[in-house]
Amino acid sequence: MRRQILFAAACALGASTWFGPAHAGKSDDTLNWATDREVAVVDPYYNNTRELVVMGHLGWDALLFRDLDTGDYKPLLATSWNWVDNVTMDLELREGVVFHDGSSFGAEDVVYTINHVSSPDSGVLTPKNVSWMKSAEALGSHKVRIHLVNPFPAALAYLSNAVFIVPEGHYDSAPTAADGKKDYGAVRAVGTGPYRFVEVKAGEYVLWEKNDTYMQGSPKGQPSIGNIRFRTIKEMNTQIAEMLTGGLDWMWDVPKDQAERLEESGQVTVENAKTMRVSYLAFDVDGDSGQTFFTDKRIRAAVAHAIDRESITRNLVGPASVVIHSACHPDQFGCTQDVPRWDFDPEKAKALLAEAGHPDGFEFDIYAYRQREYTEAVIGDLKKVGIEAKLTFLQYRALRDLVWEGETPINHMTWGSSSIPDVSAITSHFFSGGRDDPAKDPEVVAWVAEGDSSTNPADREAAYKKALERISGELYWLPMFTYAKYYVYAKDLDFQTTSDEIPRFYAAKWK
Amino acid sequence: MFTYLLRRLGVAVLVALTVSLITFSMIYLSGDPAVALAGEAATEEDIESIRTYYGYDRPILVQYGDWLFKALQGDFGQSHYLKQPVALVIFERLPTTMMLGLCALVFALVLSIPLGVLAAIRPNSLIDRTALTIAVIGQAMPSFWFALTLMLWLGIIWRLLPITGSDSWANFVMPSIALGYYITPAAMRLTRAGMLEVLSADYIRTARAKGLRPVTVLFKHALRNAILPVISLAAVQFGFMLGGSIVIETIFAINGLGFLAWESIQRADLPMMQAIVLVLSVFYILLTLLADMLNAWLDPRIRVA
Repeated sequence: MRRQILFAAACALGASTWFGPAHAGKSDDTLNWATDREVAVVDPYYNNTRELVVMGHLGWDALLFRDLDTGDYKPLLATSWNWVDNVTMDLELREGVVFHDGSSFGAEDVVYTINHVSSPDSGVLTPKNVSWMKSAEALGSHKVRIHLVNPFPAALAYLSNAVFIVPEGHYDSAPTAADGKKDYGAVRAVGTGPYRFVEVKAGEYVLWEKNDTYMQGSPKGQPSIGNIRFRTIKEMNTQIAEMLTGGLDWMWDVPKDQAERLEESGQVTVENAKTMRVSYLAFDVDGDSGQTFFTDKRIRAAVAHAIDRESITRNLVGPASVVIHSACHPDQFGCTQDVPRWDFDPEKAKALLAEAGHPDGFEFDIYAYRQREYTEAVIGDLKKVGIEAKLTFLQYRALRDLVWEGETPINHMTWGSSSIPDVSAITSHFFSGGRDDPAKDPEVVAWVAEGDSSTNPADREAAYKKALERISGELYWLPMFTYAKYYVYAKDLDFQTTSDEIPRFYAAKWK
Repeated sequence: MFTYLLRRLGVAVLVALTVSLITFSMIYLSGDPAVALAGEAATEEDIESIRTYYGYDRPILVQYGDWLFKALQGDFGQSHYLKQPVALVIFERLPTTMMLGLCALVFALVLSIPLGVLAAIRPNSLIDRTALTIAVIGQAMPSFWFALTLMLWLGIIWRLLPITGSDSWANFVMPSIALGYYITPAAMRLTRAGMLEVLSADYIRTARAKGLRPVTVLFKHALRNAILPVISLAAVQFGFMLGGSIVIETIFAINGLGFLAWESIQRADLPMMQAIVLVLSVFYILLTLLADMLNAWLDPRIRVA
């Protein structure tokens, strides 16, 4: 019997030696990070997932760099820039920069990139990121001029976050797909960034290696970690299991309860950091849904006073989340919080309901698509003042159809602004009179248009402030709170979280 | 027999067509695919241009007819997300799912047949009760929970097996157990019931009376007859496991067809979803057909029914 036990123990030990999980991380100088998404196309224009936004900053450089601490724009591939008029911008480019394929960077690369991506036939997946540019022309070997379609004050934000430069002719070798269209996403990734693309295996990983010849003087700094490997692991529990056994060095979007347990274990670093995403309730102010309660501002105010947003941020979202009062993120340019506020006051909510002729409350349908528990908390608060909300929880694309068709009395939505630090990425999107605009208030539309077309920061702020005051004052939206994410990473990883939900792995180091 | 085969084949083709039509319709009912492709921050113009680019602005029946015509020629189109021919992606990932399904099936049969036989030899004994307990647990326990439990003990606490991936056979141990355990109860109870029936048959009594060794009677005469329905069941269950591997592949991050299906649903990759559903349903139909033919071959009454 004893020999059998010894044999079993030896087998277990042997198996663990042979088949035990490969420990990544510091030992092999590879930072392994994972999300639940599959990445097949490694190109910032032909893959619009958050993963490619993150990788975009690894493999490519933009013309400008936004300093997240100060909010200032700094030179990256461009060394200086100036507005010729409000639809023309000139940029001087950095010399001595080399692409990963060995070719030199110059004006023709910028011209090629901008003219390709801004073309309507380019098939870029998020046209909004580039459609504000009409064309570019070279003014010298290292000087370019960008022509805009219309005045676009958020140009610097997009030039630093969404317009990455590829070598001249990069997409010319794109194969033709079975449907006869050019498959630009199939071209091997080449940029000037601090990491060089090595390999992608769809559904499994994307591997990057340090660019040892990365340009000196870049505000991104020099890369430190040898390799960065993105892994697709769909299931959160599996990600946590890999994190605990050394198969992963970094993960995010960890639910609060699990993050807290991981923190208690002491095996990993857990951090709650803010993101650019905000939560809001949009009211059917016109009564298009057939449930006309919310055409009455007193009812909207009752809902606003009934919801304890502080409690939701504190108990459900995380310590980095804050309550917001404007239809934008406080970190975005032009996002004033100096607007009418609707504080938590259930008694006032009840009084408003009575005044509006619903002393016993009423029943309506609420729609949501993300973090069901947050919406359930809202429903719980509403129930306390007598309002019964029936939840319909849908996938985003299905819900967006219903919102556009005006079929949602209240929809509880979120918006990430594509991490663009400017109110034009959110307020202008939702209050310019389009299908997403719940009110189509002509004055708000005009103020937003005024802010969107000026390049003078003070004028923009003033115009947006008027719009934001009206939106909050009339409760077209009830802005709820900013989202916060739980990050979990290895103890030996020196990593800084950022407020724009774009982890800068190029700045990470091993301790 | 040939007429029966033709009749069953005709039904199989109709079922496959119906499945493809239902899938196509349901995908559209779940929301606008152009919205999903364009992403959250897309403007109305962005979505409209994507709708036109991918041809979603055409009538749904035209789209279905176009897809079906090409699919019959083996062209399932291009994945919107992976930017590769759908047939190629499925061809690459199918072996992983087949491997997982086969391993799970082997695990299930290796566990269930001996237990079923033992339970039949000693009905109402401790072995029989143990086998019944295993069967009840197997039927009642959600596969995702069982998979996570395996991961906790074998992957995290004892660190015997890798948690994710499909690089080596060791990667398939936990997923195979988790997937195979679900069909173990049915196979075990079927083996037990078959064996009980066969063991009480006259020809077994005769074999014993002739002085044959108990092992010979059990395996050569009894099990050979009792196992036939189990083989039939296994064929059908194998098809079920190919489709049912979605949960297991997702949990263990195995890059197979199930995982691909789940991903494709989430990102509204219509050509991929349609092709996967069609391929899996055709597999299921073929395996069911195989089981039917096996039964018909064994029992002529089915052929004339």
